[in-house]
Amino acid sequence: MSQLQFFGEGLPYLTVTDYPGVLITIEGTDGVGRTTQVTLLREWLEVQGYGVVETGWTRSPLIGGTIARAKRGRRLSRLTYSLLYAADFADRLEKEVLPALRSGFVVLADRYVFTAFARDVVRGADPRWVRDLFGFAPIPHLAFYLKIDVATLIRRVIARGAIDYFEAGMDMALGDDSYDSFKRYQTMLIREYNKLAAEFDFHTVSARMRPERIQARLREAVSAFFASHHFPIALRRPDAADADRVAGSLNDAPEEHSHAPGETQVEPVSTTRVGGTK
Amino acid sequence: MNTPSDTLLKPHAYPGRLIIVEGIDGSGKSTQIKLLQRWLESLEFDVFFTEWNSAALVKETTKKGKKKRSLTPTTFSLLHATDFAHRLVTNILPPLKAGMIVLADRYVFTAYARDHVRGCDPQWVRKVYRFAPKPDVSFFFRVPIDVALKRIMASRPVLKDFEAGMDLHLHPDPVESFRIFQGRIQNTYDQLAADNDLVVIDATGNITEQQRQVRSVVGGLVEHLRRKPRIA
Repeated sequence: MSQLQFFGEGLPYLTVTDYPGVLITIEGTDGVGRTTQVTLLREWLEVQGYGVVETGWTRSPLIGGTIARAKRGRRLSRLTYSLLYAADFADRLEKEVLPALRSGFVVLADRYVFTAFARDVVRGADPRWVRDLFGFAPIPHLAFYLKIDVATLIRRVIARGAIDYFEAGMDMALGDDSYDSFKRYQTMLIREYNKLAAEFDFHTVSARMRPERIQARLREAVSAFFASHHFPIALRRPDAADADRVAGSLNDAPEEHSHAPGETQVEPVSTTRVGGTK
Repeated sequence: MNTPSDTLLKPHAYPGRLIIVEGIDGSGKSTQIKLLQRWLESLEFDVFFTEWNSAALVKETTKKGKKKRSLTPTTFSLLHATDFAHRLVTNILPPLKAGMIVLADRYVFTAYARDHVRGCDPQWVRKVYRFAPKPDVSFFFRVPIDVALKRIMASRPVLKDFEAGMDLHLHPDPVESFRIFQGRIQNTYDQLAADNDLVVIDATGNITEQQRQVRSVVGGLVEHLRRKPRIA
């Protein structure tokens, strides 16, 4: 898996071609529990000795501030919105994601280009154009989709607190009632995500399940992927006793390539615990 | 894999006219578009002038990125595309919709050329800019690199870093770097001209003669447009 595949033209000026790491992305609409799942997955991987790098959407130091300012001032047109997010993504890709993949890390992306594919199309962009725009992005090895229905989502988000202006798509002027706007906007987003799931062969997991059950599904899929792609096996079984808890030194583990396919083991749900260093 | 519709600009259906000029630094294109503007305004047309990279939205980001030398070819390209998109939506489309003449000093072809030189995939850049309307006419002021160089050096002794493409580290000497950098830019323009996307004007000659050629092309494009009402 050391060669990356790209959605389009890729980055022709890259000189390195060997990327021994693994790129895992988690998609799903706002409030679906992505971040919780990423945190749990990270801990589980680190316990096994894998080096993990997390990355998100709109957190690049270069452009993140500009996006925040533009959003506050409501100065983003559909086009500038798409392009600015693409620039932000490119910055993170080249500064964080690719270097990590080059060094053999497992990269966990909380949202990936599919977020842009869904959001921009809901905002009226040409679907072909948005896909072309991200032609420089590598195709993830594993793309999870946390799928939810809008009725369940609404109750969950309301229980969490007030509805966020942008999560409700209020900038799209779908109505001045945040509940109605949220429902309409999220319905459109979920419809787009469902289309993407088929187009890009997402690994879909129902987000209506309890978080531990969702996590178990994700781990099964990751383990199966590692096994089938001969990713270096874990230093220790994930369900080993708490006694030898994760040590900081284990973080360098993936450097040691000991190919032994088929050894990966799925962790039973009940052993989920908080152990990693965060 | 690429179909023409993925990479080509689409003609617009707005009542106005979009006229753009391209060429390397020192080609004299800015002089020519100013003369064109004077002429059109003297004929009482409503004219709107705009130039590349004048939007404010991401200027500070670009500045910050340049200072820290942290822009990659792709982020550099996308920031300029954002800037251009902002300018397109706020400055260029409204006058076109209102039936005015828009004169643009540099357009997407500048991005095609610069981004390619920086290492981006040329097909990708064309796809990114597909949101831009195709100009009604695009002039390419073609001048040999050494003529352009002499023109710039005649007015000031030192080349600016961006003119010489110094951030690309093509050559430590600014003059040599200018030759390589602008030469590569010119290659992209030549390719576009070969594909009939640009109207080539020989920019080595007399300024007035170049302007005569420009006006003869533009005249036919704008004659039907409404002019300013005369209050006499």
